[in-house]
This record gives sequence, C-alpha cells and structure tokens, in this order.
Amino acid sequence: MTNNVSVARTSAALSDPELDPTMPPPVSPKNRGAGSRARAARTARPGRRHGSHAVAHVVLGVGGFLMAFPFLWQIVMSLSTNAEVQSVTPHFWPAHLQWSNYATVFETLPFLDQLRTSILITVIRTLAQILLCTLAGYAFARMTFKGRAIVLALVLSILMVPSQVYLISQYQLVQGFGLLNTIVGLMLPGLFSAFGTFLMRTAFLNLPTELEEAARLDGANPFQIFWKVMLPLARPSINVLAITTVLWSWNELLWPLVVSTNSTSMPLSAGLATLIGDKTTDYPVVMAASLMAMAPVLIMFIVLQRRVIDGLAFSGLK
Amino acid sequence: MTTETLPKGRAALRERPRLLKRDGAWPWLFVLPLLIGIAVFYLWPIIQTAYFSLTTWGVFGGSTFTGVANYVRLFADPQLYSALGNTLLYTGIVVLGVPLAVWLASLLNTPGLRFASFYRVLFFLPYVAMPTAIAMVWRIIFNGDFGILNYVLKGFGITGPYWISTPGFALVAVAIVGLWSSLGFSMIILGAGLKSIPAELYEAAELDGATPWRQFRSVTVPLLTPSIFFVLIITIIGSFQLFDLQYAILGSPTTNPVIPQSLSLVYFFYQQGFVSNDKGYAAAIAMVIFVIIGIVTLVQFRLQKRWVSND
Repeated sequence: MTNNVSVARTSAALSDPELDPTMPPPVSPKNRGAGSRARAARTARPGRRHGSHAVAHVVLGVGGFLMAFPFLWQIVMSLSTNAEVQSVTPHFWPAHLQWSNYATVFETLPFLDQLRTSILITVIRTLAQILLCTLAGYAFARMTFKGRAIVLALVLSILMVPSQVYLISQYQLVQGFGLLNTIVGLMLPGLFSAFGTFLMRTAFLNLPTELEEAARLDGANPFQIFWKVMLPLARPSINVLAITTVLWSWNELLWPLVVSTNSTSMPLSAGLATLIGDKTTDYPVVMAASLMAMAPVLIMFIVLQRRVIDGLAFSGLK
Repeated sequence: MTTETLPKGRAALRERPRLLKRDGAWPWLFVLPLLIGIAVFYLWPIIQTAYFSLTTWGVFGGSTFTGVANYVRLFADPQLYSALGNTLLYTGIVVLGVPLAVWLASLLNTPGLRFASFYRVLFFLPYVAMPTAIAMVWRIIFNGDFGILNYVLKGFGITGPYWISTPGFALVAVAIVGLWSSLGFSMIILGAGLKSIPAELYEAAELDGATPWRQFRSVTVPLLTPSIFFVLIITIIGSFQLFDLQYAILGSPTTNPVIPQSLSLVYFFYQQGFVSNDKGYAAAIAMVIFVIIGIVTLVQFRLQKRWVSND
C-alpha cells in the first residue's frame, strides 16, 4: 500500500515531467455535474433504471463487503479469546466481548513508545516536506536563476529510481552519523521529497502571475511574496502533499525495519512486524494492537474521505 | 507583423536580465535546503550504490573493489531467477485486478446510483490501511487449521491448503491481498476517466439500440484506454516493488521455511543486504531491479505511443 503511494508518485512523474499542470478535466466539478445530470435523465426512463441499479448494488455490495471483511473480522478477533480465534469452527461473534485485550496491548508491547515514534516522525516529515517542497517548488516554477534546468532535472531524476537503489547508502549514512535507533535517523531521508517538489512546482506553475506582480510593485521581497501571497493560493496542492506524506510515513515498513533494531525505538509499522509468526503471542492482543495502529490513518480517511480520495487520485493522475 | 512584435521582443530581452538580477540570491535560498537533503540522501546514494555493486564486503566491514564479480555471481544465482519468477507470478495475479476494476468503476459511476460514496469508501479502505497491521488479520484468514477462508472453501467441498506455509500458495495468498489493497485506487483513477466520457455518446448508442454490455464494450472501454493504460503501468511497477505485504504476511525465514523459495526481487535484495549483510551483492541486485523497472517503463511507453498514434 505504501508502495502503491510511492509508485503512483514515481509513475506520475515518469508519465510526463512537463505534463500540462492543469487539474485533469475529469475531476472538474462542472463537467461532472452536467454529465451526470444528462445521464440521469437518460436512465430515468421507467423499467430500465431499476434493473441496472439492482445489478450495480448487488455487485458493489458484495465487493464492498469483501473489501471491509478483513477489518470487521479483525474487530471481532480483537474482542475474542485466543481459544475462540483458534477454534476450527469459526466464532462469528465472541461469547463475551474481551475488551481487556486492548488493555493487554499496553502491558505486553511497547505500544505507546511506538505510537509516539510514529506520530513524531509523521508530523515532522509532513511539516518539513511542506516547507522544503513549497520553497523549492516555488523557486523552480517562478524564479529565474542560473542552472535551474539542471538542478530541476537532477531532483526529478530521483523519481525514476526505485528506492532500493538508495537504501543501502542511506543506511550507511545514518549509521555513520550514529543515528541508528534514533528518531532523527528514522525520519531523516523522508524529510526531503522529490515528488513533493514536483507536485508543488506544478501547483505554482498553475497560479496566475498578476498577484505576484502587484505584490512586487508594492515592494514585497521574494520571501514575503511567497509566504503571504503565493503559499495560501497553493493550499489544495499542499493538502495533497500532506495526505500522501502522512499515509506513506505512517505505513512505511522497509526503512524503519532497517534502521531500528530495538522494539522501543521502532514506529508502529515495524513494531507490528516483529510479532509476525511469533507463536507465543496471543492473537486477539495482536489484532487489538493492529487495529489501534491503523486507527489514526483510517479515522483521518473516513473524516476527510472525499479529500483523501480526490487528493490521491489527483497525485496519481499527475 | 514582425515590425510590431520586435519592440516587444526587445523589451522582454531587456526585462530578463533585470529579473535575474532582482531575484539575486533568493532562488538559491529557496532551493538549497531541499537540494542539500536531496543531494546527500538521494543523489549521492545512487552513485554510491552503483559503486558498491562493484565491491565485495568483508564480514567485519571494509570492502574491496572486485569489478563485475557481484554481477557474474548474481546472474549465475538461481535465487535471482526464482525471485524474478515469483515477482512475475505476483504481478500477473495483481494485474487481473485491472479489468475487474474497470467493471466495478463503471458500475460505481452509474448515474444517480445511491450510496455511491459509501461504496467508494469501502473499496478505498484497504489502500490506506497499514500493510503490517492488516496483514495480521489476513494471516488468520489464511490459516490452514482455523482460517475462515478454508472454512468457506470446505463448504464448497474444497480442502484448502496451508496457504502461508506451502510454496506457491504462499505467493498466491500475498497476491490476493495485493489485489484486494490496490483495487480501490485503480477504481478511483478509472472513475476519473469515466467521468470525462461525454454522456451524448451513451445517448447515441442507446438510440442505436445498443445493450448496456455493448455500450460498455464499444463506448466505455475504448474511451477509457488512456486511464486503463496508466493504471496498468502503476500496478505493474508497484507489483515489481513487492516487499511490505510479503514480509508482513509471510514473515521471515526464521519463522516461515517457505520464504527462501518465495522471495520477491525486493525481498531478495533486503535479505542479502540487511540480513546476510552482503551489501555489495545487494547493491548489484538493486541495480538489476533498477534496470528491470526501467525496461518495463520503456516498453510500456513504446506501447502507449503506438496506441496513441493508432487512435
């Protein structure tokens, strides 16, 4: 899943670095409104509408259930006893709801340490990416300077390289700085993002120049123009960057697996991975821990659903 | 015409150096914080990995330049071909989700469909879930003794395998989860493409007496080809980078004996570089992955170009 986010990022940039930066027409709300109204009128004919919708509801209902089932099953398992989880005839509902499994998570696993690490690295990476990528993206989009084309090409070239190619060397660097098993080591390469720079450059290329020129005439310096005039206008793209960064940082596995070896310094994604195949752990407790580890991102998704879906689709389409 | 535009052109010429001067050091102040990070943590590592791939690492650290020795060893290593085959098998299964996503997306975009946003959330949920966390429940679902999947299969008279610990089935299990988690994202991208198809085309098709299936085949699919193509690229490249899900579902060789025969390319890389600590060899694997993904991308762009020109 994290993979997919980063891949969407990669291919997005691969597909065409100079792609037309406008929002893709399909997402334009005006088109959507007109199109669906016209089509609604077409399907409004008696007889047809009911039939075709029934098929859609059956297929999407069954599909949607299969999509949600692992989550529902995880909730059921997290409230069962270990014996119920392992019984040959499945218990679709526990005899008694075992809420104590959730309390056990905090007693038997370094859950709070890992949660704190996950929150810290995700928040700091997101803020750092927003700041650094908007600054650089703005300069690449709106400023003229010597070597701009070459520097930009260097940054964007990273998007074509799979992460394994820089992983070993990133590890050597972090090890060399003595930062293994530290929060700084965990977040470090992720503070910088070529994808974010690409995204923000596209956003700024897309904004009108008039406001900028007016501010310049008023005597604002480039940083003031950027900070007060242009940054607020780039809000929608900053949201997209924030959403993709939070998702990626929270869910990412390989980097934390490599740079953190003791379980108290791991984020949740790697912490849970240490429980895989551990015969001594009790399944319901692991289910409870997994649910709590996913919860922040799932809640963010459910609260912001449209924005997350459109944002990720948008970053994918770019 | 030319005489009219000339003065303007000259003005622009005069304007440019002035702009350059006005921006002065500012652009570098804007770019440098990012650039330093990118140079240290991305650009330099790429060069260093290319060099590492030409070195052999001792057990106690230290490395010697050994030229193409790693590559010679790698191309003679049956594990490389096994990892490549496993990755292809996984990719093949996950790609089956693309036609499924086309169908589901076209149903989801039925005009006036109620609960559409609810369905959309359900299908997208797996995409945002943490792989290691959701893998935990998939391990229970796939469990050979008490998993619900085999329980359901038994209802159809099929005796399910020990999914996670049987060679072959282990990879299929991972691919099922891979398909499950990527379906929603594909559907959203395809949905955006579907919305751009003019409703008049469907009206015309309907006037001509086309059945819904015929409309799907003759209007939806051809006009959706660019989106389908894009989703294919993303799915294939993503599948070639399989690691998180595999590690999270199958575990490591110490807990699951089936791992050595089920390695994906990236897992093979991780195993060599960070478990066996053979960083020179792992660097060579990374370079091979880089080349393979580069070739896949190139081939796909060639195909895309051909398709575009035929259109």
